[in-house]
Amino acid sequence: MSEQVEHVDFYARWYKPRISRLWWLRRRSYLVFVLRELSSVFVAWFVVFLLLLVRAVSQGDREYQRFLDLSANPWMLALNVITLFFVVFHTVTWFDAAPRAMVVRLRGRRVPARIVLLLHYAAWVLLTGITAWIILD
Amino acid sequence: MAKTVVEPIRWLLFSAGGMLAALLIPGLLVLFGVAIPLGWLDAPDHGHVLAVLRNPITRLVLLALCVLGLFHWAQRFRYTLIDGLQLKRHSDIINFLCYGLAIAGSLVAADLLLRTL
Repeated sequence: MSEQVEHVDFYARWYKPRISRLWWLRRRSYLVFVLRELSSVFVAWFVVFLLLLVRAVSQGDREYQRFLDLSANPWMLALNVITLFFVVFHTVTWFDAAPRAMVVRLRGRRVPARIVLLLHYAAWVLLTGITAWIILD
Repeated sequence: MAKTVVEPIRWLLFSAGGMLAALLIPGLLVLFGVAIPLGWLDAPDHGHVLAVLRNPITRLVLLALCVLGLFHWAQRFRYTLIDGLQLKRHSDIINFLCYGLAIAGSLVAADLLLRTL
C-alpha cells in the first residue's frame, strides 16, 4: 500500500519560483496595474467619507457645519484630492475595459467598441450633471 | 462546490460596485471633497441636504453605492495583498478581514441610510 506513491502528473505543482515582494516595481505596466488595484482603497475611503456626511446631516445643522469644517481641513482636503485622482483613474480604466468585457449586439451585429466606450462616458456626464443639479439646486 | 457558487457572486458584486463607483463617485467627491471645502461653490444648506438624503431614491442609490463599493474594494484589495505582496499563505485571513470589513461597513451604511436618517 505504501508503495503507491508514484505520481508523475503533478510535478509541475512542486516547482514554486520565488517572486520578489516588489515585483510590481520592475515595469511601468506592472506599477500601473497595482495602482489601478489600489484605487479600490480610495473607493472604500469615499464610502466612509460619504457615511460621515450622512451621519452629520442626520444629527442636525450643527453637526453638518462641523462636517463642512472637517472637510476644509488641509489634511482632509489633501486626502480627498488624492482620492479624486485615484477615483478618476478607476473610472477611466473601468470604462476602457468595458467594451472588452461586454459584447453588445444589435440586430445580430456587434456594437463597435468605440460606441460602447462613448456611451459609458455619456452616462458618466449625465449622472454627474444630475448629481450636481440635485445637490446644488 | 462552495467555491463555484461563491466566486461568481464575488465577481458580480465587484463589477456592479466598480460600475457604480466609476459613474457616481467622481462627481460627488468633486462637490463635497474639493469644490465646497475650497469655497468654489456655496455649501447647500442643511435643510436641503436633509431633504435630498431622505428621498427614498437617494437612500437606495447611496446604499447600493456604499454596499457594492465596499464589496468592490474587498475583491480588489484581497488580490492586491495576496498577489502584490505574495501573501498567498495567508489568503484565508485576508479574505476573512476584507469581506468581514465589507459586511460590517454595509451594515453601518444600511443603519445610517435606512434607520437613523
